[in-house]
Amino acid sequence: MVGIMCERTGIVNIGIEGTLLLSSFVAFYVAIAAKSILIGFLAAMATGVAMSLLLALMSVTWKMDQIIAGTILNILATGLTSFFYIQGNMLPSMFKQKPIPGLSNLPFFGDVLFKHGLLMYLGFVVIITLYYGLFHTPWGLRTRAVGEHPSSADTAGVSVSRMRYVNVAVAGAIGGLCGSYLVLELVGSWNRGFTAGKGFTALALMIFGRWNPMGALAAAMFFGLAQAGANQLMINGTVNIPPQFVGILPYVMTIIVLAISAGKVRPPAAEGQPYEKGQS
Amino acid sequence: MSALLEITGISKQYPGVLANDNISLTVSAGEVVALLGENGAGKSTLLKAVFGLVKPDSGEIKIGGEPIIFGDTAGIIARGVGMVHQHFQLVPVMTVAENIILGDEPKSGLFINMKAARAEIIALSKRYGLEVDPDAVIEDLPVGMQQRVEILKALRKDVKLLILDEPTAVLTPQEIDELLGVIRNLANSGVGIVLITHKLHEVMAVADRVVVLRGGKLIGTTSPKETDEAGLAQMMVGRSVVLQVNRTEAKRGGVVLEVKGLQVRDDRKILSVKGVDLSLHKGEILGIAGVEGNGQREFVEAICGMRHREAGEVIINGVATKDMHPHSAHEAGISHIPEDREKHGLVSSYSIADNLILNQFDQEPFAKGWIRNLGEISKNAISMVEKFDIRTPSAFNTAGSLSGGNKQKVVVARELSEDLPVLIAAQPTRGVDVGSIEFIHNQLLSARDKGAAVLLVSAELDEILSLSDRIAVMSGGKIVAIVDSKGADRNYIGRLMAGLDK
Repeated sequence: MVGIMCERTGIVNIGIEGTLLLSSFVAFYVAIAAKSILIGFLAAMATGVAMSLLLALMSVTWKMDQIIAGTILNILATGLTSFFYIQGNMLPSMFKQKPIPGLSNLPFFGDVLFKHGLLMYLGFVVIITLYYGLFHTPWGLRTRAVGEHPSSADTAGVSVSRMRYVNVAVAGAIGGLCGSYLVLELVGSWNRGFTAGKGFTALALMIFGRWNPMGALAAAMFFGLAQAGANQLMINGTVNIPPQFVGILPYVMTIIVLAISAGKVRPPAAEGQPYEKGQS
Repeated sequence: MSALLEITGISKQYPGVLANDNISLTVSAGEVVALLGENGAGKSTLLKAVFGLVKPDSGEIKIGGEPIIFGDTAGIIARGVGMVHQHFQLVPVMTVAENIILGDEPKSGLFINMKAARAEIIALSKRYGLEVDPDAVIEDLPVGMQQRVEILKALRKDVKLLILDEPTAVLTPQEIDELLGVIRNLANSGVGIVLITHKLHEVMAVADRVVVLRGGKLIGTTSPKETDEAGLAQMMVGRSVVLQVNRTEAKRGGVVLEVKGLQVRDDRKILSVKGVDLSLHKGEILGIAGVEGNGQREFVEAICGMRHREAGEVIINGVATKDMHPHSAHEAGISHIPEDREKHGLVSSYSIADNLILNQFDQEPFAKGWIRNLGEISKNAISMVEKFDIRTPSAFNTAGSLSGGNKQKVVVARELSEDLPVLIAAQPTRGVDVGSIEFIHNQLLSARDKGAAVLLVSAELDEILSLSDRIAVMSGGKIVAIVDSKGADRNYIGRLMAGLDK
């Protein structure tokens, strides 16, 4: 979702991984220090926004190469988290599973969609909001115009840099949400390299989902299925191959699916390009 | 009549070029002011300044008596200024409706009210007689339609002042006539109009007042009543321009290029060249006349190896060229001035010097083995810039920084530098000012006189008539007639183009 927000507005965000890493880290330690997972969650959102504003500053205001700007975020996050990492802390609590009454008893869908914690539900809300936002509101129309053909937006009186700043910042907040979900709801502890490439997986999901929030959700479910399948294979021991190879399965599937679909998808035309006024 | 737009003493310096030098100009309601000038004379810069897209170094711009603020494009639009840009400002993947409402969307609650948007657009297009389909996606529409969308986009904001930057450069003659009618109607309803164009007969047809820029300076103001096309051309270029080409008798030789039973499909996979036979002789210019979209583009691209041939052969000096192989076409002796110079003619981010040798970059003297000879490349560039009058601060600026006419001169210079036996020129003077047109025409004629076989494809019938030795009329993907240009009847050819006569 972070990636869609950014790329639809014309900014490549390769720094998602770093945003997830740092915000999950902040979520973990702030939650411990403040003895409140809610405060940890808010701090993670703020971290995400700060990381994003840094990205926007580099790529919109300074017109830096966005791949480099994103890589800087990743390195920054890895460095900071490794440096400040202290072993052996425990969270005061976690976001608990709150099955939605009634709906969670549905076969299959009940388990998949309605038996989660607060943050996961928030994530679903974000996806749906983003979908309607992008395709049915003035904000979405402007965002897509800025990402496809910024000079059109500019001549129509839409400020390209303001749109990019705002969208990248909101994307950062979503990144913070995601980071805190990982640590406060899903896992409950933090260690070095905690996010293990999930940020890059998210970029792949975005492409696979054709820069469409619903598409990305479907892609994520597919990916999750692959992962679950891999876990099952490992647990059952049905096949006699080293577990490392089974663990690779979801990633390999992502690569294969991307390679097949890559030729057919079309990214927003102006992504990665700084916008210079008066250029046509 | 009150002044809608007042420009006083605007100057703008770009690196190496003074684009605007102390220009003053007023436009009143209900008046059509034509802004004329060669490529690079400073017209586009001036208009971007009016729109707050370019910050002038000095001077003042007032709209409706109030000075404008740089960067406040939204405010300027709100005061009733609309612009139809030379390069369309449309998002290709969005629909007509989405493009028109962008920046000021009708809402119901938080969401866009697409139903209201559609209704509004249909009402708007009815009011001005410009029909469009609100749900069509821009990139699927022909350019004439895209331009309509641009105009509607401007009109929707209740414009008092409409600026049109070379609106007819990409239109067919019928579309141009329609557009000029629309311009006249708008002016009659009280809109002030600034029209930038290179086509003098359009100026004569529609303008109330003509303002001429040259080298960033305002040269003079006149009106169609006081002058004629030759007079306007002279003001623009600063010397008298021969609008009529001086063409001597062709010394026709043997057949150089032979096309046999050529069939080609267009981008939509529809057969658009339906079996063409044609032979082109040494030392002649064969003009292909036709309304655009009758297969000319696909025909040229297939000859040059840029498009797959469904059937048929292209033979140069007795040797058949390979399908889909531009290099083989070039080796066989075809030089090609492509229709779309931005896409196929130039690499915008390369220097002018590099663009001038794109066809010979791996040959002596520009390269020796693996190593490029930069000295020779720059020597060549400097002499070409001089010889072809390419207006640029330096031969090492990027090609993208040049104005349209000068870009075209780079392409022409490169393609003529090899003296190949066949020259294919597709729309060689599209969007180019009169001074450059004269120059390019003379270059084509001198290539012919040196013995090249020239195939000229143009949507401008006048260009075909004045340059060609023979004229082939293309209609519906076929050559419907080939006539000698001597004593060719304009009306007859026009009817053939429209597919009326057989």
